[in-house]
Amino acid sequence: MTQAVPPILSITPSRALVDEKFQVLVENLPPGCPVTLHSLHHSEDKDDWEAYGHYVSDHRGVVSVTEDLSFGGTYTGKEPMGLLWSMRPVPGSREGLRLRKINVCTPMLVNISVHSGHEDFRDRTPLASALAERWYMAPGVKRIDINKQGVQGTLFIPPGPGPFPTLLDMWGGGVGLLEYRSALLASRGYVSFSLDYLRSEHLSADVEFKYFEVCAIYILMNHPQVIPDRVGILGISLGSMVAFNLTAYSTIIKPRCIVCISSNHYHPPGTTLKAGFKILSKYVLLTVCHENLMIIQIIVTNMYHRHFHKAHFDENNYMSWRSFALDLIADPSNNVEVGRINCPMLLVNGCDDQNWPTVETAEEVSDALRHGSQTRGLGSTYGPRHPCFSVTVCFSVILLWGGHTKAHSDAQEDSWRKILSFLQLHLYHSPSVKAKL
Amino acid sequence: MDRKQCCVKLSVQPSRGLMDEKFIVLVQNALPGSQLTIRALHQCEDGHSWEAFGHYTADTTGTINVSEDPSIGGTYSGVEQMGLLWSFRPIPGSKSGLRMRKKNIQTPMEVTISVYQGHQTEGFADLVPFSGVAVERWYMAPGVRRIPVTEGGLNAALFLPSGPGPFPGLLDLWGGGGQLVEYRAALLASHGFASMAIDYLTAKITMETGKMVDNQYFETAYRVLQQHPQVCGSKIAMIGLSFGTSITLKMAVYSEVIKLSAAVCISGSHVQPVDGSVEEILRFFQKNGEKTRFSEKNEVIWRDLLLPIPTDPSLKVNVGRLQCPLLLVVGEDDQNWPSQESALDIKEMMARAGNSHLLTVLSYPNAGHLIEPPYTPHARSSTFKTVEIEEKVMCLWGGQTVEHSRAQEDAWKKMVVFLRENLYGGRKPTSFSHL
Repeated sequence: MTQAVPPILSITPSRALVDEKFQVLVENLPPGCPVTLHSLHHSEDKDDWEAYGHYVSDHRGVVSVTEDLSFGGTYTGKEPMGLLWSMRPVPGSREGLRLRKINVCTPMLVNISVHSGHEDFRDRTPLASALAERWYMAPGVKRIDINKQGVQGTLFIPPGPGPFPTLLDMWGGGVGLLEYRSALLASRGYVSFSLDYLRSEHLSADVEFKYFEVCAIYILMNHPQVIPDRVGILGISLGSMVAFNLTAYSTIIKPRCIVCISSNHYHPPGTTLKAGFKILSKYVLLTVCHENLMIIQIIVTNMYHRHFHKAHFDENNYMSWRSFALDLIADPSNNVEVGRINCPMLLVNGCDDQNWPTVETAEEVSDALRHGSQTRGLGSTYGPRHPCFSVTVCFSVILLWGGHTKAHSDAQEDSWRKILSFLQLHLYHSPSVKAKL
Repeated sequence: MDRKQCCVKLSVQPSRGLMDEKFIVLVQNALPGSQLTIRALHQCEDGHSWEAFGHYTADTTGTINVSEDPSIGGTYSGVEQMGLLWSFRPIPGSKSGLRMRKKNIQTPMEVTISVYQGHQTEGFADLVPFSGVAVERWYMAPGVRRIPVTEGGLNAALFLPSGPGPFPGLLDLWGGGGQLVEYRAALLASHGFASMAIDYLTAKITMETGKMVDNQYFETAYRVLQQHPQVCGSKIAMIGLSFGTSITLKMAVYSEVIKLSAAVCISGSHVQPVDGSVEEILRFFQKNGEKTRFSEKNEVIWRDLLLPIPTDPSLKVNVGRLQCPLLLVVGEDDQNWPSQESALDIKEMMARAGNSHLLTVLSYPNAGHLIEPPYTPHARSSTFKTVEIEEKVMCLWGGQTVEHSRAQEDAWKKMVVFLRENLYGGRKPTSFSHL
């Protein structure tokens, strides 16, 4: 057995929240040595995800992922977090995978290793490796399953005496209950409720305002650790549709601010969300293919719908709803009257969103507010124009540093920071909103 | 509740760290210019509660950054980024002579950090803080594995870093209190060394027969480490504190089996009957027992037992024969061992023998005997039971808290660099094709 001493790979910090950066450093290499940094994650769905970058050590035998440039791999250039955000399923994996964590009480484990060589790095065992833990929950955050007054979801409470501002967190359709964003928001000081409003069986259930209002009253505003007049709503995609509708029409829920990611302000004629969901559900049938697979297939049920011909199939036979959705919202009676919204809004969109015309939505919302004589804290952030990832994935989802292109990852990193500072401003810092009216 | 101060935000970054990593404690959204107390609370495994706190004034933006702003009172003062850890002391009403040590190193040390209105000094249990966060401090990095070692009658634990290896090895010895003390070895494994913590005073054979272990015990430990498939057998070092220094120097110079690449000796001495067994060395100390002194608080001072440093060469390890680099760490206010006098004598002996290029001495004014990993709370004295005495005594270790804490931080950094250079460094720039 060789007695040569290997290089030293260190990750600092080795335990961090998923939105915190780390520094990956390799020391004790020969100078000018070509190496590959490789990250590997074995997901809860039992798939393997990886990322890698090709580097050359300096005269001291050091490679610093924070400072040095990658010359190839799943990312190039100076990318301190490239080993996370550029992760993709290893060759030979199933199609249509999405990287996300369901059990947020345990960390995501990422093994980072250094191999000699570039193109042929896989032929050799690693020279050194280290393990990083990426957590959604900070120490002391409490997770509570809620099933009360018919309302279902998961509540996360930050450590400390409180009381805290609170957030109602709503994901989009077809994915069940995802807790990780709420867990992360609780780690940042907000009581956060990941509301389950749209499981596959709920599509036919009676989902109305009442559900959200009951939730707001009984779960959030009356909770001993919540400051009742500091409530915010965070919605993504279909969840943003709920956010817009609630904020505009509910007499009970009065959020201090809302954040809509991949904005959808569809508001069906009539007043209930139930009607809206029903209309949208005519166009799609969400099917979970296999209990273990989180692949969601989109099948258009109403083949004869007049808009169907506008559904666009790309070269991979993936479907985009963008075009026919544009027609849907072209009729103003189909949209939320945003003039009724009386609180700061942050709209976050990907400019290449193939799923819903979110950019057009945001523009329309901005216009509506400008033409009204009120100006309030409306901000929009946009991702740059780059080809989007596979649309087999139903909705674009905020997932920090996981499985997407550079542009999308930059957008996620940037927008998350802006979302946090927007929330901090309106839920922590601002004086009572009553003064503004 | 004071609405003006609602939503004061407290954050500690990172919230999960290794014991030797720094954190940044930040208060935001406080009333500008307001007086606040930041307090850390920890309940140790024995059930005792410890606290540390600093008095601050929020700036014009309502912010306090502990790594940049001065504390003007409390258990520490001045700009002290880690003051909330190293200045921990038992809460009022606790019994005397406590020392904070973690036994179970597979779980983190949990600390609650809170911010209170005003400059508080007591009665925290009756106050409601504005905000509080939980912080975890770990001895083991993710992926580090703990392997109990019992072959050859050893009472030891091996900590392997994550990764394929092979890793340089380290034998880790503590002092006269015995027991298996694991935390330093766990932390060193988190820095890339396959570290074996060894109990050599309360091993199975000693507990069952009363007999002390012999030299073979240490050589067995060395062999077990050397032969481990993930250990680089030609790169093994030894680290000892207090009586552990006596063993380390003895092995480094006289053992035919143990070949060390480096040695670290903290708060110890080379004075001992040359090539004596553990039993013989302990008896030698006992013989000088009448030199024990007592402080005005009746704390035991044992530093004189080995003084004056003998001139008789049969009573000192012949460090002139040392063939590996040696790092000596000395607290100049050590009241338990004459480590400073010993260091000076070692230096002279090595200068005469011509091998002083191997020696580095780190000597810290006002630091005491227990030079531990960084941010370990300083214990100037504590109750202590050695393997020879039946009762516990109040032992004076020495050191002044601020200087002692600085010494721990500095010594640790330099120790890790020393071990890195001697165990990882010195490679020739060859390609990796043979790996």
